[in-house]
Amino acid sequence: MLRDVSLQVPAGSTLAVLGRNGAGKSTLLRILATLLRPHAGEVLVFGEALPRRGFAVRGRLGLLAHDPLLYRDLSGRENLSYHARLHGVAPERVEELLDAVGMRERADDPVRLLSRGLVQRLAVCRTVLHGPSLLLLDEPLANLDPAATELVGPLIGRDSGATRVLTSHDPQAALAEADVVLGLEDGRAAFLTSPDEVNPAAVKRLYV
Amino acid sequence: MKTVLTILRKDLLLELRGFETLPAMILFAIVTFVIFHFGLNQDTIDGQLAAGVLTVTLLFAAMLGINRLFVAEREQGGFDAFLLAPVDRSALLVAKALALFLFLVVLEVIAVPAFGLLLLGPSLGHALPGLIAVLALGDVALAVIGTLVSAIAVQTRARDLIGPIIGLPLLLPALIGMARGAGPLLAAHGSSSPPGRWVAILALYDVVFALLSYAVFDFLLED
Repeated sequence: MLRDVSLQVPAGSTLAVLGRNGAGKSTLLRILATLLRPHAGEVLVFGEALPRRGFAVRGRLGLLAHDPLLYRDLSGRENLSYHARLHGVAPERVEELLDAVGMRERADDPVRLLSRGLVQRLAVCRTVLHGPSLLLLDEPLANLDPAATELVGPLIGRDSGATRVLTSHDPQAALAEADVVLGLEDGRAAFLTSPDEVNPAAVKRLYV
Repeated sequence: MKTVLTILRKDLLLELRGFETLPAMILFAIVTFVIFHFGLNQDTIDGQLAAGVLTVTLLFAAMLGINRLFVAEREQGGFDAFLLAPVDRSALLVAKALALFLFLVVLEVIAVPAFGLLLLGPSLGHALPGLIAVLALGDVALAVIGTLVSAIAVQTRARDLIGPIIGLPLLLPALIGMARGAGPLLAAHGSSSPPGRWVAILALYDVVFALLSYAVFDFLLED
């Protein structure tokens, strides 16, 4: 449940959302992704009011959720090809992304046989397959080792050029990435400020 | 249409990989015929009784497929991934109904000859064209209602119960149409064409419920 959360994210910037489990981080991302209908309030994405104008937003955003949104019995390549067809993306883009995240050799293995880290690399590919302008990233670096983190950096990091909303349980890493920081406590905004002005004690309180 | 084919292809690929739904449906149908064989204590049956046994067996075998139709979407995030794509949501209904229809056709290709061997008295030969027409119309009904009910049921915790509880009453007119349509075909020295009235009822049911399902399906996908 989210209450009294009011914010704007300028195009091209990064909003980091901090808070403990159940604070409302994933709910916020699902609302922005048009997957959850807000009961009250106003949500505008790319200037389009949700959920009424959701169709104008879908396809322009990429959601990297806790669940990789990949079929376990299909291979990584089959999963990405399926999503590419749904988004009207050329098949070459799938190969390009598999190369980018170092997954070409394991691309034909069923997803259920892959480690969590490899599945996360595929999930990153799925998220950016269609070149979204808005990235909604829920713990994007979960399960990734340093090498993999470096590989996915250009796709979902600041260099991607996309507007980003990311959640993290690692405040230091999130602050380093952010232009704006939102602290959520039981669904309410505890603070909304720039990373330089974040009070460390307030961040600490979020996780107590 | 491209989206429908994309989803259908993915569903058939998933079934080929997992081989979970179709074998269960086929095995269930054949075991049921064997149970009827002994339960009725008759070597052979014909006419309306045969049509009833065939219809009921196909219905319950179809319920197995219906219950599993959206499981991969729910458990593996397929719903969310689909909803994030800039495509017509009704494509999911059409693709799933087509997948279920194909499963039912494969089921019947095996189950109907097995029924002919295990239970049916008269030869299937003369009845086959008419029976194919009745079963095809019945399959459309099962596929459309099955998809709709499955999409509702999979959002609930008691999905295995919700499917039959909602689906069976909705399917009742189609099942009556199937049984009445097939009865004269399976009679000894029976007709070679199904009664036009029941074929028309089945066709009308298909059209009405296909349109209804198309109209409400979008709302079922809302969280």
